[in-house]
Amino acid sequence: KVYTQTEHSGQKKLRLLSRAKVLTIDTMNPTVKKVEYAVRGPIVLRAVELERELSEGMKKPFSEVIKANIGDAHAMGQQPITFFRQVLALCSYPELLNDSTFPEDAKSRARRILQSCGGNSMGSYTASQGIDSVRQDVARYIERRDGGVPCDPDDIYLTTGASDGIVTMLKLLVCGEGATRTGVMISIPQYPLYSAALAELGAVQINYYLNEEKCWSMDISELQRALDEARRHCNPRALCVINPGNPTGQVQSRQCIEDVIRFAANERLLLMADEVYQDNVYAEGCQFHSFKKVLFEMGPEYSDTVELVSFHSTSKCYMGECGFRGGYMEIINMDDEVKAQLTKLVSVRLCPPVPGQALMDLVVNPPQPGEPSHDNFIKERTATLSALAEKAKLTEQVLNTIQGISCNPVQGAMYSFPRITIPEKAIQEAMDKGQEPDMFYCMKMLEETGICLVPGSGFGQTDGTYHFRMTILPPTDKLTILLNKVKEFHQKFTQQYS
Amino acid sequence: VTESNGVPCRGKVLTLDNMNPNVRRVEYAVRGAIVQRAGQIEKELKEGVKKPFTEVIKANIGDAHAMGQKPISFLRQVLALCSYPELLEDNKFPEDAKHRARRILEACGGHSIGAYSASQGIECVRQDVARYIEKRDGGIPSNPDNIYLSTGASDAIVTMLKLLVCGEGRDRTGVMISIPQYPLYSAALADLGAVQISYYLDEDKCWSLDVAELKRAVDAARQHCNPRVLCIINPGNPTGQVQSRQCIEDVIRFAKEEHLFLMADEVYQDNVYAEGCKFHSFKKVLFEMGPAYSSTVEMASFHSTSKCYMGECGFRGGYMEVINMDPEVKAQLTKLVSVRLCPPVPGQALLDLVVNPPQPDEPSYNTFMKERTAVLAALAEKARLTEQIFNEVPGVTCNPVQGAMYTFPRIALPQKAIDKAKEEGQVPDMFYCMRLLEEEGICLVPGSGFGQREGTFHFRMTILPPTEKLKIVLQKISDFHVRFTQEFS
Repeated sequence: KVYTQTEHSGQKKLRLLSRAKVLTIDTMNPTVKKVEYAVRGPIVLRAVELERELSEGMKKPFSEVIKANIGDAHAMGQQPITFFRQVLALCSYPELLNDSTFPEDAKSRARRILQSCGGNSMGSYTASQGIDSVRQDVARYIERRDGGVPCDPDDIYLTTGASDGIVTMLKLLVCGEGATRTGVMISIPQYPLYSAALAELGAVQINYYLNEEKCWSMDISELQRALDEARRHCNPRALCVINPGNPTGQVQSRQCIEDVIRFAANERLLLMADEVYQDNVYAEGCQFHSFKKVLFEMGPEYSDTVELVSFHSTSKCYMGECGFRGGYMEIINMDDEVKAQLTKLVSVRLCPPVPGQALMDLVVNPPQPGEPSHDNFIKERTATLSALAEKAKLTEQVLNTIQGISCNPVQGAMYSFPRITIPEKAIQEAMDKGQEPDMFYCMKMLEETGICLVPGSGFGQTDGTYHFRMTILPPTDKLTILLNKVKEFHQKFTQQYS
Repeated sequence: VTESNGVPCRGKVLTLDNMNPNVRRVEYAVRGAIVQRAGQIEKELKEGVKKPFTEVIKANIGDAHAMGQKPISFLRQVLALCSYPELLEDNKFPEDAKHRARRILEACGGHSIGAYSASQGIECVRQDVARYIEKRDGGIPSNPDNIYLSTGASDAIVTMLKLLVCGEGRDRTGVMISIPQYPLYSAALADLGAVQISYYLDEDKCWSLDVAELKRAVDAARQHCNPRVLCIINPGNPTGQVQSRQCIEDVIRFAKEEHLFLMADEVYQDNVYAEGCKFHSFKKVLFEMGPAYSSTVEMASFHSTSKCYMGECGFRGGYMEVINMDPEVKAQLTKLVSVRLCPPVPGQALLDLVVNPPQPDEPSYNTFMKERTAVLAALAEKARLTEQIFNEVPGVTCNPVQGAMYTFPRIALPQKAIDKAKEEGQVPDMFYCMRLLEEEGICLVPGSGFGQREGTFHFRMTILPPTEKLKIVLQKISDFHVRFTQEFS
C-alpha cells in the first residue's frame, strides 16, 4: 500500500494513493497454491500454445500436436456407443420418441429415465444422491458383476465423474491438527487428482511405492513401512488404491486385494477403491476383482466391518464419455451418522448432471440378448476393447525395442508408464533450468515432435528414476507412428546428451 | 468394547467425532430436514398410506421443469443433434439448430461431446459468452479469457470463495453476504471455515440494500476477522428484489472504499417482473463509473442455465466472468479448475445456445420468442398473483416479487406456537412449515434456512407451479395460516 501524508486543519492524515489488489498471490488460499495437476499442467499449456502457433501458420517440425497426455478416448477418435447416444438424444428431445428410426429398447430406456425425472424432463434437478431408479440399476449391476453379493441402492451416490466422489470422501475424512492431522495413503505413482485433493484439503499424503520390478504390484510390507513411518507425524486413516492402475496399468491379483483388505482392517484404515478402469483389462491371466466382492468373500469378520468406498465412472472402459461427467460411488459399512452428513454435503451442490446420470443408467443397464440393439452394442463394445488390448500390446512391444526405455506390460487401464534412462548431461541441463529431468525430456519431445506426454514426476516415482505417461488411445496406425517418433526422439536425445 | 458374544468390537474408522468438523457445520435448508420429510411422505403416499392430500407439492426449490415448465424446443433440438449427430441428416430439424450443433461439435475433441473440453470451457462457447455479455452491456468489452464455464453457478461461486479464503484467527477471511441469503453461501463459508459477515436487507423497503448497513456490518466484522469479499445476489434469492442502478453504484463504491472483492450472483437476470424494475449488470455499472472503478475493482459475476426462461437445472451449466483479477491469481484459478478436468459438456453446449439464441432472420426465431415470452409472462403473472393473495391474509405480509422465482413473506406466529416449537426443539418457522407439510402436503422452506432478523419469521415458496395449481396452493396456505393462528391463539 502506498500512502501520502497531508496536512488538514492541523491534523495529519494518511491518504491511500494506490493499493495492491484485494486478491493476490500472497493473500489467496495457501493450500490452493500447493495444488498441482500434471495431466493438464505446464506441458499441456505449452502444447496448446504450439497448436495455436500451428493454426496461425507457423512452421514446425510436425504438422499436428498429439495430445497423448490425457485419457480422453473420443478426442483420439474412438466412437461413442450408438445405443447410448440414441437414448441420450431421446431424453434430450422426447419428440423423437415418435421417430421410427430409433429402436424400441432405446425408447423404452429413455421413457424410464424421463419418468423418473421431475416434470419428465432432464432439465429438472434430481435427488442429490442421484435419480432413484438409476441407483437401483447401479445396485443391480454391482450385484451381477460381483456374483450376487447384495448391493443396497441407498449406498449408491451418483457423482459428477468419479473425481467428484473421491474429493467428497477425502473432504469428509480430513480432520485434526499437526501430529493428529489426517494422513491418506496413495500409491507412487498415482493419478494426481489424489495429491491435488490432499494438498487442497491440507491433509497429509502418505506415499507407498508400487514395485516396478514386479509389474507395479502392491507389496504389503511396503504399505506397512509407509504407514509406520507416517504414524510418527500424522494420523493415517485412509488407504487409496487404483485398480486397474493409473498411470501404471497394473491389474492387482485377487490375493493382493485380499492382503490389502486385511491390512486395512488390521490397521483401521478406510479403503478407497478407484475402479474406473474395471473393463479395461487386457493381459492374459489378469482379471478385474472388485474390492467389494473380495471383501464379502472374506467373510463377515471383514465384510461387516471394513469401511470401503468404491468408485466408477462413465469416462473410461469402453464408453469413453468423459465430457458427460458421469460416475458413482458405493459406500460399504459407513457409520450412519456420517452417511447422513455425506447426504447433507452433496445436497449443497444440488445434484450431479442429469445427462451423466442417464448415461450411467445405460452403462449399468445395457441392451440384453434378445433386444434389438444388443448385437450392435456388443459389436461396438468388443471392437473398442479389443482395439485397446491390441494397442496396449503394441505399445509395450515397441517401447521395449528402444534402448534406454523399459516398459512394463500394460495389463489394463489406458496408459503406458515406461521408465526412461536420461543421460547425466541432460539431467544436469534440466537442473540448471530448474526443471525436473523428465519434464525437460518431455518438453523437448513436444517441441521436436509435437507429441504431448506427461512426465513421470507428475505422478510420482522412486527417486532417481524417470518415466513418462503416454495414453494408448490414438488409432492403431497413428499410434504406431507415434511410438516410432518416440523411439527416434529417444535415440536422438540420448545421442545429443551422451 | 465387546459384543455380546465376547468378541471385541471396535468403533468405526470414520465417525461423527473424527470427521471433518467444517462439514458438520454445513447446512443447506433448500434440501434440508423439511424436504427429507416431504420425500418420506411421498413414499408413504405411494405405498397407499392415507393422507389429507393426494400429492406433495415441492415448492421448496427453484426447479421450473419439475413444476411443469416446458423446455425451450430449440435448445433441446440442438442438444439432441449434439448427442446423436446422425440426426444431422434428419430433415425434421431446422437448419439453424443443425448449424449450431455442427459448430459445437467442431469445437469438441473428436467432434464428440464425450471428449473432455478445455478446463476453462470450450473456447468458442467462451467467445459466444463474451459476445453475449458485450451485447447485454451496451458494448462494454468482454474478454473470453476472463470467462470460466462451470458446473452450474454454484461451482464457480464455491471456487471463488475457496480462492479467497486465507488467514487464521483475527486475520481469517470474512465474506459479506445478505440476510436473507441463498444458503449455498453460508454452506460454502462453513465448509471453508471462513467468517460469514451478515448484512441485513431492509424488509420495509422491499428488501433493498442499504450502504449504511453494509458499513455497520463491515466495521463490526473488522474486530474479529479480515473482511475481503462482498457477495450480492441480484435479482435476489430468496427475496426477489431487483436492486436499483443507484444502489448498485453505491455498492461498487463501497467495495472500492473498503477494499473488497465483489461477487455478483446474477443467475436470475432475465427474471424481472415489476414495473419500474430493471436488471443492471454489475459489470455494466462498474464500467459506466469510469476507469477509477472499472480498472481497479476486482469482481466476479455469475450466471447459470438453471433459471431465467430456460430452467435447465439438471444440465448444470454456468459461467463466471472475472474482472481485474491479478494475473498470478488467475493462473492459480486456471490450475485449480483443471483438477476437475472440465464442466459437463452438455451444460456447456446448452450455455452456448442461451448466449447465442435464434436471431430474427433464422427459422427457429418465432417459436423461440413465443416460448420464451410465454414462460417469462407466466412467471410475471404468478409473481403478481402470489403477492396479491398473500397480502390478503391477516398475519402474512408479502413484499412485491420484483424478480427471481420466489416469495419470502413474513408470517406472524402466535406466542403459543412459538412456545410449542421451542418445547419440541424446533425453530418456530420450521414448526409452522412442518405443520403445513403434514396437513396440506405443501413443502416450503422456513425463513430460518435463509436468515432473517431476530424475532421475525418467514418462509420461502417458489412461484413456479402452473397458475391454476398455484392458485390452489396459495389458497391452501392462506387457509392453513388462519387455522394455525386460530389453533395457537
